[in-house]
Amino acid sequence: MKEKIIEKILTLLAFSAIGVLLLITVFIFKEGLPVILKAGIKDFLFSAKWAPTKGHFGILAMIISSLAVTFGSIVMGVPLALACAVTLAEFCPPRLLVFLKPTIELLAGIPSVVFGFLGVILLVPIIREYLGGPGLSLLAASIILAIMILPTITSISIDAIQAVPLLYKEGALAMGATHWQAIWLVILPAARSGVVTAIILGMARAIGETMAVIMVAGNALKIPSSLLDPVRTLTSTIALEMGYSAGDHRTALFAAGMILFIFIMALTILANLLMRKK
Amino acid sequence: MRFNQFRLGVTLFLCLMALSCSSKNFTHSQALTIAGSTSVQPFAEKLAEIYMDINPKLIINVQGGGSTAGIKACREKVAQIGTSSRELHPNEGDLTKIIIAKDGIAVIVHPQNPVNDISIEQLRGIFSGKIRSWSRLGWVDKPIYFVNREEGSGTRDAFESLVMKKGEISDEALVQDSNGSVREIIANNPQAIGYISFGILNHQVKALAVNSVIPNLTTIKNNQYTLTRPFIFVLPSQPTPLASQFVDFVLSQEGQQILEKEGLVGFQ
Amino acid sequence: MMRLNPILSQKIIKTLLWILTGSTIGILFFIIIYIFIKGLPQLSWTFLSTNPVDMGRSGGILATIVSTVYLIGIALFFATPLGLGTAIYLTEYTREGLITKIIRFGTESLAGIPSIILGLFGFAIFVIAFGWGWSLLSGGLTLSAMLLPTIIRTSEESILSVPQEYREVAFSLGVGKWKTITRVVLPAALPGIVTGIVLSIARSVGETAVIIFTAGSSLRFPSSIFESGRTLAVHFYILAREGISMPMAYGTAAILVLLILIINISAYMTMRFLMKRYS
Repeated sequence: MKEKIIEKILTLLAFSAIGVLLLITVFIFKEGLPVILKAGIKDFLFSAKWAPTKGHFGILAMIISSLAVTFGSIVMGVPLALACAVTLAEFCPPRLLVFLKPTIELLAGIPSVVFGFLGVILLVPIIREYLGGPGLSLLAASIILAIMILPTITSISIDAIQAVPLLYKEGALAMGATHWQAIWLVILPAARSGVVTAIILGMARAIGETMAVIMVAGNALKIPSSLLDPVRTLTSTIALEMGYSAGDHRTALFAAGMILFIFIMALTILANLLMRKK
Repeated sequence: MRFNQFRLGVTLFLCLMALSCSSKNFTHSQALTIAGSTSVQPFAEKLAEIYMDINPKLIINVQGGGSTAGIKACREKVAQIGTSSRELHPNEGDLTKIIIAKDGIAVIVHPQNPVNDISIEQLRGIFSGKIRSWSRLGWVDKPIYFVNREEGSGTRDAFESLVMKKGEISDEALVQDSNGSVREIIANNPQAIGYISFGILNHQVKALAVNSVIPNLTTIKNNQYTLTRPFIFVLPSQPTPLASQFVDFVLSQEGQQILEKEGLVGFQ
Repeated sequence: MMRLNPILSQKIIKTLLWILTGSTIGILFFIIIYIFIKGLPQLSWTFLSTNPVDMGRSGGILATIVSTVYLIGIALFFATPLGLGTAIYLTEYTREGLITKIIRFGTESLAGIPSIILGLFGFAIFVIAFGWGWSLLSGGLTLSAMLLPTIIRTSEESILSVPQEYREVAFSLGVGKWKTITRVVLPAALPGIVTGIVLSIARSVGETAVIIFTAGSSLRFPSSIFESGRTLAVHFYILAREGISMPMAYGTAAILVLLILIINISAYMTMRFLMKRYS
């Protein structure tokens, strides 16, 4: 009898995570959807005019900025992360690996506000002095995000590389390939789905990051035309204006959150599918 | 055995939680929440600090959030006092408005920027994106980076109605969400210009004379300096006794002196 | 066409990869050392044990430490039983199937939800709908949603790593299932579970977006969980961004990074210790 009750309770608890997820979905959509319907989906998604207190709810510039920042961070972060992953998984003596892997993972634990702050005081002045523009820019945000997503991608990629059966590598080496040829031609292709998953999760982290981006991106509402232009992402708009909003303005921010939520869920589902395929 | 220790820990923690809940009653009877304008926040915090010294039993929480949010918080009873750095909108007429002080909006640049004076027209030109180079203001031919506040900010509201009139601020503007962060940007970029509350002004930045009038306590008080706006406390039509007492303190000579010492101009 | 000697090209690539890896690790150490050089000189006992004065321009950071502890306490109070319960259910009470798939999907998706979305959610439900206002309770509850996936995942792993024989021996002695779990499996898995909880603490220490939206940023010393509070990370953000006081900002940052270092290293040490013991 007691066992039965305990099992029932545990079953209930087990649905907590999915329950919270549903609750989040319901609340974000309930708050955000009305204003999208009111403004019209087309005007909401494809207009760049954002002046919610005056009745303009176009988030195109923010969507483009969010994607640009994410793309920039992937372009800079992925090669670096893969280089780290390959080095640590294949070239690194195991004794050093047990020290270096947690060290890289530690980078993931440093608060985003610390990254943003260092970006403002160290990176932004360099960009302003040597490259021009106000310094607070798409470039600055991409660099900071690249550093922030590096540990996620590295750590998952290491796991994926280590999961490749040793036989593959030995086979390649036995056929006279060098270690690098074995990595490039055999191991990396075999680890591909894990590496791609890592990149997708990195993208999800980049597109959802808020505080660091707010501090270094400059937050101008214009659609960026160069790397040195200041940009305003979906997340920074929500954080900048949330406290100051009321009425339709507030729901418009929830609507922006809704779009972000849809992006993130799409990426998560994609990553899930990839992992299952393996 | 170890698991028993774990259970003991959990129990202890539960007790602590229960204690912390019961030690305070749920109704906030001795607590006052003030929320709203980030321009008013530092002054409200200073006032609250001193008022709590006088009344040690009282707890005052001061939140930022912005003028509009403060007014809304007051209406939704999340806060007992809302603060605003702009005039109330017509649809906010159900609330009581109390002017606690007058503040100037200082137009600021980097200390190394040689420009000292700016006209309202030039200011409007810069923020609408028409004047793009410092050469138009008698300095070198370098781009002007102008810093705006975010949508919903009381300071921005005031700046728009005092400077921009009907015109719109260009979307190329950098946007920051508080006086302090605007000041930080200007202090670090010689080509930047922005506007902040006069009370927040410090040595890191230089305030420009607007239409040849330098902002200071005298020029703001006698309205010679044109960019001024009121700091407002917003109360529901039936304020809590604590809220009324605090407002009385702010309007008293002592309260007003504190505000003047902090760089604001009394309401009289 | 001339082809590069494979041995030579391997050498070049290997060097290049090591340089890239070295610079990545260099960035990490640079960040930590930079914060420590600027921040550690600010630290003193008074800094830790007095409340902030004048918006944090002077005084210490006691109130923010207390707010941080409260917030994490509340978050763990809700997230631990939920997470542990889920993990026990997944490992001991069910087989892989549709239900576990759904639960795993929920957990993984929740782990990917950005802080700011959780902040919006917590604001809409706790601050507004429940009328709790900005409070440590609203913040803690929202934060617990963020910690849940970490706790589920690590608990599940450590429960799975408990050898099957433990359970079999207990069952053969006629011990009930629940008793086996609480008396045999959980104690054996406890260090791993605690490690997971500790790691989730490290994550909450650095969190800002979700907390500003739900717990507010009042600098007062919190006397109950129904009051607003400002955590260390939020305090650092406000100090640095508004330029209130750079020395204070660096000091707070140093404490933040130090805390996260200590938490991570101690969690890692326990994990290593456990791996040695079980292998």
